[in-house]
Amino acid sequence: MKNHEIMLEVKDLQLARDKRAILRGLNLTVQRGSVHVVLGLNGSGKSTLAYTLMGCGGYTPDAGAITLDGVDLTKMSITERAQQGLTLAWQEPARFEGLTVARYLSLGMKAPDMTRVRQALEAVALNPATYLSRYVDESLSGGERKRIELAAVYAMQPKLAILDEPDSGIDALSLDDIAALIHRMAEEGTTVLLISHRDEVVAMADAASLICEGRIVDSGDPAWVCDRYTHCCEPCDRRELVEEEVAYVTNPRRVTVPGCPRPRTTSRQSCAPTKNPAATRSFSSPAKSPA
Amino acid sequence: MLGLNRLPGISAEAEALPDGVHIRLQIAPGARFENPIHLCFGVVPAEGVQRILTDFDIGAGAEVEFMAHCTFPNATKVQHIMEGQIHVGPGATMRYKETHYHGESGGVEVLPKAQVTVDEDGKYFTEFNLSRGRVGRMVFDYGVDVAARGLAELTAKALGYGDDEIIVRETIRLNGEYARGLAKSRIAVRDHAHSDVYGTTEGHAPFARGHVDCIEIVRGRAIATAVPIVKVTDDRAMVTHEAAIGAVGKKELETLMARGLDEETAVDVIVRGMLGE
Ligand SMILES: Nc1ncnc2c1ncn2[C@@H]1O[C@H](COP(=O)(O)OP(=O)(O)OP(=O)(O)O)[C@@H](O)[C@H]1O
Ligand SMILES: [Mg+2]
Repeated sequence: MKNHEIMLEVKDLQLARDKRAILRGLNLTVQRGSVHVVLGLNGSGKSTLAYTLMGCGGYTPDAGAITLDGVDLTKMSITERAQQGLTLAWQEPARFEGLTVARYLSLGMKAPDMTRVRQALEAVALNPATYLSRYVDESLSGGERKRIELAAVYAMQPKLAILDEPDSGIDALSLDDIAALIHRMAEEGTTVLLISHRDEVVAMADAASLICEGRIVDSGDPAWVCDRYTHCCEPCDRRELVEEEVAYVTNPRRVTVPGCPRPRTTSRQSCAPTKNPAATRSFSSPAKSPA
Repeated sequence: MLGLNRLPGISAEAEALPDGVHIRLQIAPGARFENPIHLCFGVVPAEGVQRILTDFDIGAGAEVEFMAHCTFPNATKVQHIMEGQIHVGPGATMRYKETHYHGESGGVEVLPKAQVTVDEDGKYFTEFNLSRGRVGRMVFDYGVDVAARGLAELTAKALGYGDDEIIVRETIRLNGEYARGLAKSRIAVRDHAHSDVYGTTEGHAPFARGHVDCIEIVRGRAIATAVPIVKVTDDRAMVTHEAAIGAVGKKELETLMARGLDEETAVDVIVRGMLGE
């Protein structure tokens, strides 16, 4: 992390869809210039968070606020948020009949420039000679389409890029390729919010948050968060446990029992080494307040 | 008629009609051409009728591509009638692409009609594009009969606005074993424009495969209908259809907006892409 200014601040975000509460008072702070990983199991609300941050239709929060670089985005349209420097790489990107890769990548650039378009394709390990004239339609494989989505986000040089599960899907980028891409983004000053359910991604993170049932239940050091994720998280539908978890994280002294109730009996694969080798706290250490 | 270039492998005759031209064109069996053959039609005056009758005969095993350009820049009351008889011989391939350039007055009536026969192992591809300038009124009516192992792909693309009216009828009859067909339409309408698409595919022989694929994008007070008709008379044939009518897809739109495009521009990019511009 280069400095400690706040890039994204999400306060008490609440969102219900079809009468079901999905984001339930979500708080998240992302520092400028950081790679911040949001880890969570399938269905924990990761994509919902991404769509709500981007301002997608049907994802207007019922309460809460989103600020980017001090600007309140909460009531802005998608376009306005993008113009403020926010963008999203969709978990399952859309297809566009008749739109070439070259054009698609240029669309988001302030000053379209073919050199940068080529660089962006190279950054996701696609050969420009082969792909520039291809269409962003059904003829691309799911993995190719995901790479092109990441290239489009990179080409745009946003302030904050939300990458929703860039590593998922057949023929998706390898973790090494994603790490290289994120490194290039960071070099150009892009802050990255990387959403995933795979604990390996913490290797490229400066900070991490654990999302469970529409809330961030832990935030901070990637190794620490990852450790909790790998050792504690398993699919459950016991929302009251999340309440305890949140109370515990917010104020560890108030709740004496760790909220994460059911340590797994079978140990999961341990986390990949993180960027910060000193960060090797174990789950049994007392939790630190994120404040 | 202004000109006719002769090439080996093509025999062409043109006969002037009181209101147009009758073209008879034969491609010799096995003929191949380096470049597409260009056909150019236009009406420069503001009013008039233009009738084009065509008989195309593509010899066995020949491969040919046509590019037709139709220009009506000043039309306030122009009728452009095209009636084609097309025969694609055994193992031959014919590609035909027609692009229209209209003015902004909407005073054109475009009536392209064709009866196509595709023999065994023949291939016929046609694309009709009317997305530059106002359509006016268009009735596109193509019928294709496909013999064994033959292939037919019909694509009609149009952009209607003002009070334009677009009617597309595409009929493919798959009459021989393993015949294949695709009836595709891509239409976008806005303002008070209307579009009606009738895509019919019939499977009459074993292992014939057909598909009707229709997308119509509607904006403003425009109205679009789609009537996909599928008919099968042989229990080993299969014909499928899909039709999507409505606004631009939400995810497509939001993806482009997330790149900073405003909604109007994003819709335009999506529609123009779909119409192949
Ligand atoms: N319209 C809706 N109505 C009801 N529930 C919904 C709706 N949309 C999403 N959900 C639910 O909200 C929860 C969170 O979904 P979301 O897609 O955000 O999960 P996710 O963490 O991204 O999961 P994954 O890892 O599978 O991508 C899921 O349980 C999902 O079923
Ligand atoms: Mg998701």
